[in-house]
Amino acid sequence: MDDLLSEFLTETAESLDVVDVELVKFEQEPSNGKILDNIFRLVHTIKGTCGFLGLPRLESLAHSAETLMGKYRDGATPTSEGVSLILETIDRLKEILEQLEQEGAEPEGMDEELIQRLDAMSEQAMAAMNGTAVEAEPAAPAAEEQPIISQTLERDLKPGEVSLDELEAAFLAAPGPDDFEPEASEAPAAETAAADEPVAAAPEPAPVPVAEAAPQPAAVTPPKAANANKEESKPKEGGAVKAQTIRVNVETLEQLMTMVSELVLTRNQLLEMVRRLDDSEFKVPLQRLSNVTAELQEGVMKTRMQPIGNAWQKLPRIVRDLSKELNKKINLEMIGAETELDRQVLDQIKDPLTHMVRNSGDHGLETTEGRIRAGKSEEGRITLSAYHEGGHIIIKIQDDGQGLPTEKIKAKVLASGIATEAELAEMSENQIHKLIFHAGLSTAEKVTNVSGRGVGMDVVRTNIELIGGTIDLTSVEGQGTTFTIKIPLTLAIVSALIVESSGQRFAIPQLAVVELVKSHAKAEHRIEMINDSPVLRLRNKLLPVISLSKLLGHDTGKSLANNQDTPEETAEDEAAEANSAEAPARKAAKQDQSLFVVVVQVGGQTFGIVVDAVFHTEEIVVKPMSSMLRDITMFSGNTILGDGSVILIVDPNGIAQAVASERGGATETSSNDQVVAADQVKQDENTALLVFRAGSKELKAVPLSLVTRLEEIDVAQIEKSNARDLVQYRGKLMPLVYIDENQSHIQEGLQPILVFADENHSMGLVVDEIVDIVEDRLSVEISSEIPGIVGSAVVKGKATEIIDVGYYLPKAFDDWLEKRDTPNPVQRDLKLLLVDDSAFFRNMLAPLLSSAGYKVTMVESAADALRMKENGEQFDVIVSDIEMPEMDGITFAEHLKEDSQWGGVPIIALSSHTNPDVIARGRKAGFRDYIAKFDREGLIECIRECKPVSQNEAAA
Amino acid sequence: MSEKHLKEKTGTTSEFVTVEIENQLFGLPIAQVEDVFMPDAITVVPLANPEVAGVLNLRGRIVTAIDMRRRLDLPPRKTDGPPMAVGIEYNQESYGLIIDKVGEVLLLDSSTFEKNPANLDARWSSISAGVHRLDGKLLVLLDVERILDINPERSNAA
Repeated sequence: MDDLLSEFLTETAESLDVVDVELVKFEQEPSNGKILDNIFRLVHTIKGTCGFLGLPRLESLAHSAETLMGKYRDGATPTSEGVSLILETIDRLKEILEQLEQEGAEPEGMDEELIQRLDAMSEQAMAAMNGTAVEAEPAAPAAEEQPIISQTLERDLKPGEVSLDELEAAFLAAPGPDDFEPEASEAPAAETAAADEPVAAAPEPAPVPVAEAAPQPAAVTPPKAANANKEESKPKEGGAVKAQTIRVNVETLEQLMTMVSELVLTRNQLLEMVRRLDDSEFKVPLQRLSNVTAELQEGVMKTRMQPIGNAWQKLPRIVRDLSKELNKKINLEMIGAETELDRQVLDQIKDPLTHMVRNSGDHGLETTEGRIRAGKSEEGRITLSAYHEGGHIIIKIQDDGQGLPTEKIKAKVLASGIATEAELAEMSENQIHKLIFHAGLSTAEKVTNVSGRGVGMDVVRTNIELIGGTIDLTSVEGQGTTFTIKIPLTLAIVSALIVESSGQRFAIPQLAVVELVKSHAKAEHRIEMINDSPVLRLRNKLLPVISLSKLLGHDTGKSLANNQDTPEETAEDEAAEANSAEAPARKAAKQDQSLFVVVVQVGGQTFGIVVDAVFHTEEIVVKPMSSMLRDITMFSGNTILGDGSVILIVDPNGIAQAVASERGGATETSSNDQVVAADQVKQDENTALLVFRAGSKELKAVPLSLVTRLEEIDVAQIEKSNARDLVQYRGKLMPLVYIDENQSHIQEGLQPILVFADENHSMGLVVDEIVDIVEDRLSVEISSEIPGIVGSAVVKGKATEIIDVGYYLPKAFDDWLEKRDTPNPVQRDLKLLLVDDSAFFRNMLAPLLSSAGYKVTMVESAADALRMKENGEQFDVIVSDIEMPEMDGITFAEHLKEDSQWGGVPIIALSSHTNPDVIARGRKAGFRDYIAKFDREGLIECIRECKPVSQNEAAA
Repeated sequence: MSEKHLKEKTGTTSEFVTVEIENQLFGLPIAQVEDVFMPDAITVVPLANPEVAGVLNLRGRIVTAIDMRRRLDLPPRKTDGPPMAVGIEYNQESYGLIIDKVGEVLLLDSSTFEKNPANLDARWSSISAGVHRLDGKLLVLLDVERILDINPERSNAA
């Protein structure tokens, strides 16, 4: 019985949720028989089950509601009050169910009053229907008959109550609780469709006059005929379409997930062990195990996925109630309800979403009069949409209301002391709007039942950030507001960058990581100090940086004081780093050591986290911190790495807060730049391009990520040596390269140059004018024959030549190096070609590989690589991605295999997938080895192994 | 603990796992002890209360290790020999209490039980549930719940 009851509870709760949604829909299109039928069927099922389980209170309520709906089904025109009453009944049912769940028995209580109202409504509906029944007779035969039939019951039949015979018949016709298959529901659907036919077919006589006669005081949304027809043409209405599914306890799934997580960890451990063995017979079966594990993991992850529509289910009802309460006409549109995400995430966003939709309805949309005054349609619109983008789900909540009142927010901000007038003056409108995410701000003029308690958006933001998401908004006064929420698809397994700080390893979730910058005393990207605040120059922008070790308290307060004693010295130090507060000797040592800056983006904030070393990315299974440690905001969880050790997962949000609090007032003034920087890296698919002119009128562009810096040098500083132009740059000679050798050079003034640099060299590309930095999809449409130009692409609507930096780099370096007899140590290093279409991996792997002693050249496609080959470039080893647009890695390898020039060069495959088929194909194509993208150690190991072999081959 | 001793006195008996810290005998209710292990490769949690030694991997589970010496305000261990830890499951979370040595399991009678002496160090009495008078020595009963009630010490380094 217990099992039965709990089954009933789950099922009924779900059914009621569906009824909620359907009823609101029904109210809008009362002529849609299918919706009504679905509702009727669900309520009927509930009633039936209640009777079976002996739950009289539920049963009688459900019965009365069903009766009223029966009237509507039989042709009575539904009224707004009627629907409200049914909704009220549904709420009561839910209440009872809740208590039933807690106490295991139906609670005491009286529903007489509600039932009477329902019955009265039924009578009213029947009366209304009978009044028109003369014309609509075929539509309502049942209603005609019922009063006549009298059965031997203990009491008289209530209005609309069906006789036992009929009940019997209805039970036979209606699907039982078990048969939920679409086929089963087809039968009654067809039945009533037939019954409804006359109504639908001849709408002139029957429903129209009733609709006019029926009281409809606060009409929510007037039924739109065109819309309704469209809806009807859809194959099936209503949710209860269930495919072949089984109900699995959530705990079972969680357990399964945990086990798979353990399996992943064990696999990682094994991989690590086998990697150390030179020639192990375990390699092949382990690879197999690895693949199976990955697939298993993916499969289990899938079981956790649920459509986001589940979180939206209650919204139509909420909006309807809201619309009545506030007397506004609101149309809620939902797009992409089928978009799936992890159920854990789903649970977490349910409440914030509900809150935001309420907010949009309450504050966002104007009153009907307000809308008319503003020249808008009476009906306000709230659009909710969801779609996947990368590893994220993007949810947008859009309204066409009045937009955020900037002045009101300002006044509020000032009143609550969140910012000063001076600070506000410096903010853009958008920045001011974003202040609504601050605690203690609510712009509703009056506190309504719905919102305006002043905790709203702040709580929403916190909740979303808790699950690693971000929230953003744009608002145009008078036109509406759009909130954009970006959240990860799953929380359980994330890709993380493993870094080291103060001798300890930490994981930084890759979702937040934008790029990696290697900072060195003499490197382009060095950390400088502004009054003790370390900043990094990155592509002509200042980026606030913060040392992880300092954040984590590895520098004591005392040493910080030392730091303050020598601020100037620190500022002058090349390796000026917050963490330099150590003994002078060690400090000196520190200066030679290079640091890595992990550039992360949290919300609109971009900043750098300084770490001592960066290892690799790894798929980690996030485990929550123990409750004892949960108050440490710097960590979001912990995990077990492949080697069995536990490491802590850094929470970028926590760090962002620390950065903000540390910089205090500086946050606002510099955030403008940050937002710009953030925008540039927002979308994976788009590439930030630097557009310039050089040599000719045509626009040229180069991926911004390749450009180290933009400089302007005085022409007078350009020196000639060995028939080439050089400039002294940061204590070194930097060759200048011209796009067009015959280019006319300006004679005086400032010459803009693009600086490209790798570990030890920098090159200046002379340009005439820097036009813009744009973000656009980079797709080269016409490839070029001219060396140095990849081809032409449309960038922001204009044809633009994309410059092949790979062509110019060797032009500067090799010539330059040839002039010297003493071989530069770098030259003996392996020259490595990295082919990967993903800018992220290029930017991530390159500093890692170069720090391992390789001279890395990056290209973003196999075609580019082949072009370098044609240019006579030589490499010692090639690392190539497998999945690339146009020519994939396998085709690329096959090309090289036959090649006289590059045939002997070992080539290593990089891939995010490890499908055995692909591996086999890869080996056949000539790949020496196959490495997972995040497996950095494996990659370096593999490159090391490659080298001697290639020399042997060359000798043989 | 003699059998005779137990038989003589009437009263409820319960079993305790005894551990030693700085030569003092402590007892933990056996029902609360999951296992005993050697803590290895502890990952320090920065910014955490110093009484939290860190987190470690115990057969695939992440265990929060508590440094009982710090918890009891005792000096760091001088003796060599590996430290031991008592694994405890509390509120569905795994904890490890790092102690010096694990002793035997004792069956103690409630008749030997006494409340904490009034002059016991506040730090000790805050995590002790009482004392058992044993032959020749005293056993301090540890209250797991109170041991794990470590107030987060906000060492805001930033």
